Amino acid sequence: MSKKTDSTENAHNTSGQDEWPLWEIFIRGQHGMSHRHVGSLHAADSEHAIKNARDVYTRRNEGVSIWVVRASDIAASSPSDKGPLFDPSRDKIYRHPTFYDLPDEAGNM
Amino acid sequence: MYAQMVKSTGKALLSREEMSPQERAFQDRIDQGEKIEPKDWMPEGYRKNLIRQIGQHAHSEIVGQLPEGNWITRAPTLERKANLLAKVQDEAGHGLYLYCAAETLGVSRDQLFEMLHTGKMKYSSIFNYPTLTWADMGAVGWLVDGAAIMNQVPLQRTSYGPYARAMVRICKEESFHQRQGFQIMLTMANGTEDQKRMAQDALNRFWYPALMMFGPSDKDSVHSAQSMAWKIKMNTNDELRQKFVDETVPQAEFLGLTVPDEHLTWNEDTGHYDYSEPDWNEFFDVISGNGPCNTERLEARKMAWDDGAWVREGMLAHARKSQARKAAAE
Ligand SMILES: [Fe+2]
Ligand SMILES: [Fe+2]
Repeated sequence: MSKKTDSTENAHNTSGQDEWPLWEIFIRGQHGMSHRHVGSLHAADSEHAIKNARDVYTRRNEGVSIWVVRASDIAASSPSDKGPLFDPSRDKIYRHPTFYDLPDEAGNM
Repeated sequence: MYAQMVKSTGKALLSREEMSPQERAFQDRIDQGEKIEPKDWMPEGYRKNLIRQIGQHAHSEIVGQLPEGNWITRAPTLERKANLLAKVQDEAGHGLYLYCAAETLGVSRDQLFEMLHTGKMKYSSIFNYPTLTWADMGAVGWLVDGAAIMNQVPLQRTSYGPYARAMVRICKEESFHQRQGFQIMLTMANGTEDQKRMAQDALNRFWYPALMMFGPSDKDSVHSAQSMAWKIKMNTNDELRQKFVDETVPQAEFLGLTVPDEHLTWNEDTGHYDYSEPDWNEFFDVISGNGPCNTERLEARKMAWDDGAWVREGMLAHARKSQARKAAAE
């Protein structure tokens, strides 16, 4: 139960040699929507992961498409990078439409 | 509950002054309703408690398939069979969501199974009772899933992100479970004399074990205070048990069945039902391995695990081979 250093949210410590690897599952819920992360599962290979994802995450018609990615193949930012990564965009309120005060007469914009 | 006796690793609740700056910052995040995510810093006690709690919860979902699985082949109609099969399949899914949540805390799936199979980790006492008649499928869905829902709904707000998200998914699926159980009860309670008798008998046998699902009274427990401060436990066991009784008694009346408690009375002053406590000696007996079905359940689990070994190994070997073949061809 050592503290993990892997990159993904769900990557856990190197489990037993004989454990099926972990896959992160992304599902497109409806046509026209993006795939969304729904959870993870273990499977021997990608084909198997898709089959398992069908059973585990789409039992009620929740999806029209499935992506599976090996958890160990995902690179992720770390919590300690939160400041340097996201602070720069915080004070740039002029990137939002509400920053620009316009008279009502200008109409809907 | 599904995690009834989670022994806390933490000592008594720390005061703010006793906390390290890191612990204080952590507690502040929780107090502000922020979610803790796997890579965030967390106190070792928080991590360990969660592994125990989520693990116990996951094991309960998995072992919980067995008493109902017992009736799939003998369901009275094809429709009932399909319903029950779907319900049991959902429970497998619940176990999988929860195992994955536990794994984010740095424990592997195989370790969790190992701890279940060797008795180092528990599962809910309720699944150590036998399911003797078809009416038990009604009672289990109605009472056992009903009690589970009572506990799981507030856990959707728990502080640990992956656990909370698993709970949201689970709660969405649970209400069908309780409704299918209640419908079985309804049909039987309005059926022939024999069916009605079976329904009453199922209620008689499952009432107290269902009350035990919430665990012994913990209102003075220091362990529980720490878990509540960390928001990995949202209500005391007694609060949830009372809520369950208050909701379930009118449903039993609607069914025309009698709750097997002669002291059950509506209390005008408190606005709650007064009820008899379950036999806690029986509870401790069952949770420590001496319930009617403990041996059978664990044997079934271990057999499934051992008999599946060749499949797990075969699929992994195949995956590695085709990977190597693909690599060689590139
Ligand atoms: Fe469940
Ligand atoms: Fe359920």
